[in-house]
Amino acid sequence: MLKIQGLRATVSDKEILKGIDLTVNPGEVHAVMGPNGSGKSTLAQVLAGHPAYTVTGGSVEFDGEDLLEMDPEVRAQKGVFLAFQYPVEIPGVSNAYFLRTAYNEIRKARGEEEVDPMDFLDIMEQKLKMVEMSDVMLNRSVNTGFSGGEKKRNEILQMAVLEPKLAILDETDSGLDIDALRVVANGVNALRRPDRSTIVVTHYQRLLNYIVPDYVHVLANGRIVKSGGKELALELEAKGYDWVTGAQGAAA
Amino acid sequence: MTTTAFLDDVRAATERDGEPRWLRELRARGAERFAAVGFPTTRDEDWKYTSAAPIAELDVRAISEPGGEVTRASIAPYTFGQDAWTTLVFVNGRYDAELSTAGVASAGVRVLPLDQAREEMGDLLRDTLGSICDVEQNAFIALNTALFADGAVIHLAKDAVATAPIHLLFVSDAAAAKGASHPRVLVVAERNSKATVIESYVATGEAVYFTNVVTEVALADGASVTHYKIQRESPRAYHVGTIDARQGRDSHFVSFSFATGAALSRTNVWTILGGEGCGATLNGLYMADGTQHVDHQTRIEHQKENCYSREVYRGVLDDTAHGVFNGKVYVHPEAQKTDGKQENHTLLLSPRAVIDTKPQLEIFADDVKCTHGATVGRIDNTSLFYMKSRGVSALRARQLLTYAFAADVLEQIELDAVRESLEELTLARFTGAAAAE
Repeated sequence: MLKIQGLRATVSDKEILKGIDLTVNPGEVHAVMGPNGSGKSTLAQVLAGHPAYTVTGGSVEFDGEDLLEMDPEVRAQKGVFLAFQYPVEIPGVSNAYFLRTAYNEIRKARGEEEVDPMDFLDIMEQKLKMVEMSDVMLNRSVNTGFSGGEKKRNEILQMAVLEPKLAILDETDSGLDIDALRVVANGVNALRRPDRSTIVVTHYQRLLNYIVPDYVHVLANGRIVKSGGKELALELEAKGYDWVTGAQGAAA
Repeated sequence: MTTTAFLDDVRAATERDGEPRWLRELRARGAERFAAVGFPTTRDEDWKYTSAAPIAELDVRAISEPGGEVTRASIAPYTFGQDAWTTLVFVNGRYDAELSTAGVASAGVRVLPLDQAREEMGDLLRDTLGSICDVEQNAFIALNTALFADGAVIHLAKDAVATAPIHLLFVSDAAAAKGASHPRVLVVAERNSKATVIESYVATGEAVYFTNVVTEVALADGASVTHYKIQRESPRAYHVGTIDARQGRDSHFVSFSFATGAALSRTNVWTILGGEGCGATLNGLYMADGTQHVDHQTRIEHQKENCYSREVYRGVLDDTAHGVFNGKVYVHPEAQKTDGKQENHTLLLSPRAVIDTKPQLEIFADDVKCTHGATVGRIDNTSLFYMKSRGVSALRARQLLTYAFAADVLEQIELDAVRESLEELTLARFTGAAAAE
């Protein structure tokens, strides 16, 4: 589904990603972990097409197509979804209107018919339950005045509605209490299917108790320095990141 | 409007039949004042960013015969679909009884065209008209005072509550071409009365004409008046308007100015909080493109203690449009505990659009809370990326963000029909642009 090879990226001429290789197959959940500044959020943003980052080398294939050539909206239309670490507030646009617009733009791009507001509400009703959100939230402006937890739930709600093939969660666990974490994780798990994949970017192992990964990768200084199974996350939790950063030193 | 045209118009106005002496004297004062000062120039501080020269050079004359082919069908898009509202319709500046609707009557609430008001409420007019907007205040008020031919008078008796909004709808069609109209509106709200008044200026064609309106609002103690001004003049028209309020103790004045029309427009919204415990809320939204020039000047004068004022103006400017916002807040020494907030935010959609924004706080009391803020910006890239990352096209995302920026202040409008209508207009404005691209 996703094949990243030798990916390098800079922000303001500073190289953050220094050659990333990662392959994600359909149905797999990959956790990308790493200390602050390791480049894990950059990887998530580059995959979604954030304009602040410049790709300086390597390639990313998504379903056999060149992902890096696509505008952010085309990536989304093809099934890539990024749950933001810091969801953006958009005063003046209601959550419901925004979601319906996104939903219909994606359908349109896929040659499907647009859904009218009433039918869309039916769809929303189920999805809201999934993330334990009240429909009151639909009428509020996107993320405006939402608490940290509400914003993250709203990201998962968007994901549930847009049903991406590849979901990238960028530190979705940061700032969440244990109840919100559980709700978010349940939302993600409910969307798991053999043809959908997830990349969970996180600093801590905590979220991985709820979203169990097939693979864990450790990013340090712009490179993947260690990969393993879910047990690697527990090992990291116990030993800290210095342990792998040291491993990187030994390899070099 | 040239000097010759002005003198001719003044002569015609003084020859109008049946006007009482007080009115003739008032007009004469206006004419004298205007003759003495003429149109303002950009040397005048209040007109620094807006040149009145295009108006001074306009080849227009006061409209004596309204003419026009305005019908019920042609005004239907502008009446908010509200039959229950009291709607006075003016065609090319003159009252049109047939197009007007009485709406639901409320006890103690009278809404009359100016001529009829002069007959039925002569004393009230004599005592009030021109008492708020004095001819000395500015040239356009003087001009209006010299030449007004029509308009409306709204009287709210003590404790009267207008259950339905009152709509003054000024329509210009092709017959307004080369014409000038100087509507005069007077709202007198006695103690503890309450009403919502809407003034709309719309056009069914693209004629060149000049509207110069003066609206005086007198709020007695405890009165509450909400005033919406919707300026959607012809794109080639010129519009100057002043709304001036005087507030008694515990009164509340709410104003919203929506301006999208005219080649050049200037709207003054002024109020004096002249009693304790008053509140004034002045909001507005201006949206201009092409070569339009849109100017708002607000002035809030806090004279007494414990009053508040709230002000939010937003603007969206495209192409080479030029916006001006000048917000004055004046706090007198005795106006302690004044609580004032002012904001002006402008979104520039084109690198050649210009905004001159000038908050002006003059505070002479020492125990007050007054803040102001002005921002000028472009569409936020982070928001744009966020929307695109959800599959929304760049164009659609821009439209939605632009709409959202503008709609933010529309949320302040309490009257559903007006808010929804302006939201629709605003949405269509930015999504309609897409269809054209």
